[in-house]
Amino acid sequence: MGTPTGAAVSLQGIPQPAELAGLPVDTEGPVFAKPWEAQVFAIVIELHRQGLFSWAEWTERLSTQIALVRERGEADLGDTYYQHWLTTLELMLYDKNVMQDVEVRQYAVRWRQAYLNTPHGKPVALSSGDDKPA
Amino acid sequence: MKDQEHPHEHDHTEPPGDLELKVKALESLLVEKGLVVPAALDVLIETYEHKVGPRNGAQVVAKAWAQPEFKEWLLEDGTAAIASLGYTGRQGEHIQVVENTPMVHNLVVCTLCSCYPWPVLGLPPVWYKSAPYRSRAVSDPRGVLDEFGTILDDHVQIRVWDSTSEMRYLVLPQQPSETQGWPEETLAGLVTRNAMIGVEKIPPPKAQGAP
Repeated sequence: MGTPTGAAVSLQGIPQPAELAGLPVDTEGPVFAKPWEAQVFAIVIELHRQGLFSWAEWTERLSTQIALVRERGEADLGDTYYQHWLTTLELMLYDKNVMQDVEVRQYAVRWRQAYLNTPHGKPVALSSGDDKPA
Repeated sequence: MKDQEHPHEHDHTEPPGDLELKVKALESLLVEKGLVVPAALDVLIETYEHKVGPRNGAQVVAKAWAQPEFKEWLLEDGTAAIASLGYTGRQGEHIQVVENTPMVHNLVVCTLCSCYPWPVLGLPPVWYKSAPYRSRAVSDPRGVLDEFGTILDDHVQIRVWDSTSEMRYLVLPQQPSETQGWPEETLAGLVTRNAMIGVEKIPPPKAQGAP
């Protein structure tokens, strides 16, 4: 068949759990590759638990996002799975008017500034991002 | 004039990448809006990192191998039989257990979005969430099994189960014949995550590993 994912695409070369050292591990591999993946996962589960959306709605939106990524011709080798979760979550929060994208951008800038304003080794708090650098 | 024209590199913390900053922004906004409590997120992460995993599924499989009546129940009503062991929760609302036999080999995939039976297997491995697996498990299951080192005889029929938000699947692998009569705890130690997805079989135990 003429799909882009023909026989030339191999499962070999996809990052295997053993290569991702030093990360949270269940008995047979790391659950999340990066801490932010765990955060996104937990936020989605928690918002679902609070009733913001049904799980069927979530899987439908996630499927749509994954199909879009495939249409764009991206490799999508599983290591970007939680990026798809993040994008799906963002779009859903905008759709449902929970927040606006401009707010997210502003808060991301504040967080970045908070890091820059915090001495190395000290905990970083969002409020530190409101002071401009000296 | 300043004493230090060049600030020492430890005077700030290197910010993380854009993705992580965005996640932090989302979380802060959700907390401020009262939709999320950070402690609840920590509990969820702890649970899925350390408490829910394929050992749960291995217990289910071992019990089915050791107790024919439990196996019968498991194949008839997987959700209830699994819940009786305490493995319930999200993405485990409806679980169908499919049995491997000498004639039939089952393989599980989610072609759309990587649905997976969390209560018994934890969260899915990287390859399960990849586009090549999603497409090739359906178009070329024998080739996929081959890459996992699983060679099936030509006469073995392969059944591919496509998970949905409504129904998840767990493969009941074939018990190695050498292990008949072994205690459940020992049997559970033989069962791998990949065998319960259906990409591998349970190899016969090494002779010295027998109890």
